[in-house]
Amino acid sequence: MKVGFFVREALRSLRRNALPSFAAMATVLVTVLVLGVFIPVVQATTGAANEVRNKVIADVYLAPGSGPRDVERVRRLLETDTAHVGSVEFVSKREAYRQERRRNPEAYDLLGANPLPDTFRVTPDEPDNIGLVRDALAPRAPGGGRTVADPAIDEVTNREEETSQILSATRVVKLTMALLAALLVVASVLLIANTIRLSLFARRREVEVMKLVGATDWFIRWPFVIEGVVVGALGGLLGIALLAVGKIALIDPLAEQFALIAAPDTINFALLVAILLGASVAVSAAGSGLSLRRFLRV
Amino acid sequence: MAISEREIRRGSRSGTAAPAPRPGTAMVDLRAVTKLYDGGHAGLDGVSFSVRPGEFVFLVGATGSGKSTIMRLLIKELEPTGGSLVVAGHDLAAVSRRQVPFYRRNIGAVFQDFKLLPNRTVHDNVAYALQVTGGGRREIRDKVPDILRLTGLSTKLHNYPDQLSGGEQQRVSMARAFVNHPPLLLADEPTGNLDPETSVGIMQLLYRINRTGTTVLVATHDHAMVDRMRRRVIELSAGRVIRDEETAAYAGPEGDPA
Repeated sequence: MKVGFFVREALRSLRRNALPSFAAMATVLVTVLVLGVFIPVVQATTGAANEVRNKVIADVYLAPGSGPRDVERVRRLLETDTAHVGSVEFVSKREAYRQERRRNPEAYDLLGANPLPDTFRVTPDEPDNIGLVRDALAPRAPGGGRTVADPAIDEVTNREEETSQILSATRVVKLTMALLAALLVVASVLLIANTIRLSLFARRREVEVMKLVGATDWFIRWPFVIEGVVVGALGGLLGIALLAVGKIALIDPLAEQFALIAAPDTINFALLVAILLGASVAVSAAGSGLSLRRFLRV
Repeated sequence: MAISEREIRRGSRSGTAAPAPRPGTAMVDLRAVTKLYDGGHAGLDGVSFSVRPGEFVFLVGATGSGKSTIMRLLIKELEPTGGSLVVAGHDLAAVSRRQVPFYRRNIGAVFQDFKLLPNRTVHDNVAYALQVTGGGRREIRDKVPDILRLTGLSTKLHNYPDQLSGGEQQRVSMARAFVNHPPLLLADEPTGNLDPETSVGIMQLLYRINRTGTTVLVATHDHAMVDRMRRRVIELSAGRVIRDEETAAYAGPEGDPA
């Protein structure tokens, strides 16, 4: 009976304060829209950046004529005696030939023999440590060139130009995204809090009267909290509906045509919806309940 | 937590009622009450008086003499700086913040600015006072039309406060104050915003409420009203009691008070 009363009270004040309620709902809606677009974008960008960073590897080419014993010795050197090595992948002469041939059959048919050496692909534990790995395997010689750590190693390359560009570019992208995301969350919370404060301020006299009649704090607060839940749920649902329409009408057809958009892993749409709805309801309910505190001190 | 629930002829609620104040116990008892506002300005300076159950008392004095301060202390909207207030045997200093709502349900309060809920109808404004105490639909259906008939508002049930005249709004606020049949009714300048003719109606209503056994304390500076009613008058000046007479006029015998 009490719950019914509180719900009726909440609905009544929503009806009677249509404009402030609409403003609060619109605020939630806009926030959900912006966050709903931005969360996948941040994820896609950082995901793409991370993927690019994982391509930072060093190729260790073995000298022509290295036997299986040389291969084993270099593998041990890489796997146990070198710092900052994340993983090591061995690509044999024959395997490399098969891979390259599949990519470019005509050129390799013409070639006849296999010119490719045995190769170790070394992935560093952190992309930024690639330089250390290379220096360990091929220390700089005083003359300006490089020596090698093992006689069986012919050359160590890490595609220097690309690597440094990838590292600095992805670092900037990730930093910018983190900053933007933080700003956006703070702005959303402030916006919602402010809207709620305004609509409560307009009703502080009402709260004062309720207290004079002998209403307890929670008797006054429950309808406000329920009102917040309704406003948050409505705004959240509307925002999510718009997001879904946008996803179905724009993103999905695009994703089918361009692999690029679908490529990075982004959040599951259902999970995104659940998070946004939960957050909008919780923020607006807690906002209404907490903002009331100031006016309850009568 | 009910401080006391008097047996009132109509609509007495049995069972939950706490013992009525013992005969001879004061309904309101102020002892050397002092109230200093921020900045050292004294609102009340050692006020003492006592009101018996069922009495009708006027608090008079110029604006700033401390009438409203006493009212606000009695509903525990303010805390006294010194002295003690006892209402129906309950020391207000012992009423904790959490208990204040329950304490207030035993006091009807009427104000100069009516303090109605603007987005509720007349009926719902009065019903709110019952809903606050956990009153169900049945209790509302029983009591609200009754009290609205008593206050002459039967035809305005579904109007909103801003559709009513000042006198009608004040009647609504009195209906709300009295619907729980509180043992004590406080009225702070109830006719302050009303013309003399409307004021007479309001005073008659207060008188009728008093006749049901409710103690009524009215703060006013309405000369005509006090002179007409000839009830006990407590006069305040600069936060002190300067006169306390039974069946008195607004002006004291020795000359001009206001």
